[in-house]
Amino acid sequence: MERPIRVLIAKPGLDGHDRGAKVLARAMRDAGMEVVYTGLRQTPQQIVEAAIQEDVDVIGLSCLSGAHNHLFPEVTRLLKEQNATDILVIGGGIIPEEDIPSLKAAGISEIFTPGTPTSVAIDYIKEHVTK
Amino acid sequence: MTTSSTHNQTSWAQRILDGDRRSLAQVISLLENQEQEGFNILKELYPHTGQAHIIGLTGPPGAGKSSLVDRMIQEIRTRGHKVAVVAVDPTSPFTGGAILGDRIRMQRWASDPGVYIRSMGTRGSLGGLAQAVYATVQLLDAAGYPYVLVETVGVGQSEVDIVQVADTVVVVSVPGLGDDVQVSKAGIMEIGDIFAVNKADLPGSQRVIIELESMLDLGSHGNWRPPVIPTVATTNQGVSQLVTAIQDHYAFLKENNLLMEKRLTRQKESVLQRLTERIRKDITELWTKEHGSQIWQDLAAKRIDPYTLEEQLYLNWKGGNTVDKKD
Repeated sequence: MERPIRVLIAKPGLDGHDRGAKVLARAMRDAGMEVVYTGLRQTPQQIVEAAIQEDVDVIGLSCLSGAHNHLFPEVTRLLKEQNATDILVIGGGIIPEEDIPSLKAAGISEIFTPGTPTSVAIDYIKEHVTK
Repeated sequence: MTTSSTHNQTSWAQRILDGDRRSLAQVISLLENQEQEGFNILKELYPHTGQAHIIGLTGPPGAGKSSLVDRMIQEIRTRGHKVAVVAVDPTSPFTGGAILGDRIRMQRWASDPGVYIRSMGTRGSLGGLAQAVYATVQLLDAAGYPYVLVETVGVGQSEVDIVQVADTVVVVSVPGLGDDVQVSKAGIMEIGDIFAVNKADLPGSQRVIIELESMLDLGSHGNWRPPVIPTVATTNQGVSQLVTAIQDHYAFLKENNLLMEKRLTRQKESVLQRLTERIRKDITELWTKEHGSQIWQDLAAKRIDPYTLEEQLYLNWKGGNTVDKKD
């Protein structure tokens, strides 16, 4: 049986702008993925715990509050702590160009900035999740 | 997942018994994907099953099932027990994708080590899903969760199959969905051991309660008359009564020796379903090996009808000779 890719979409931090996350979740569903959506204002710990319980292949983080430099690396740090670095982590939101290298160094595989077509993120996931 | 290469099965089972949630989650995936390795692990853990009270929740979309489950988790945790949840959401029949959104309402429990929540898509195969849910429930049972809640959208026969993996079925209703004819015609109403009328603070809830009560008065229920419990998930009203009613039902099943009976029926059904699926695969694989996939094209072009085709496949598998010829 062809198993669908499982993705967790989460919004860490305090901003309430989830339109982008929801649009992406819909696009992923339409691309045949199973998308677990955890809602707003999640702590990195809640996100990592949910990802482990749901046995997802990918965590998609969306942050528009500017706190990404703190929140995203915290997610990858907790994944490391749980021995779960095989879960692919990608991020999106209003993220300045100059922050991207340090986020990638912290284990975020790719950052998608505003204006990225959903198909780009979906293709990236399909390419990088190997089962 | 590189399961077999990195770990042996003993350690998988042992890690689940030791409470390792990552291993538990990964083996649930194996079961969900119908991979034999998952069932091998489940075989090993099978002696540890049979301890959990399995509770099914069903009802129409938007009835507040997930919010109610969230409150039930709270109540069960307050009473000092661990709890696991399997939340089933529909898979798109067109793309195979799914948005699994039940977890949003329960996400506050993500960091509680006494709560395990798993979302599942229906993935199209109806009997298969009930089997995947059943296997997952058994794994959670073996992992030491004394309460396992299965939440599903109450539409159609397949959903009835899913909730019937449960010892206790809670049917969630809400006001505003129609008159008492709806109550008596909906098949899902026949499977409830407990009826929760959620959003009981809304107008019309009293009518739903009365309609349910009178429907239940007409039916025969043996010695268990399903209670009707008004709830408001948003304010926690009625949730304690609901959990108590669920525990009462379990005690009733045990006292009347109905639990073993119920579980045996389920186990038999599981054996038969898995056997049917295996034979079905055997028959089609044998045919495909011998004759290729031409038959499906013949079927599409109406060169053969489905009824003759079924007979041919069966006879081919049986070797032809062992079946009495029709005159």
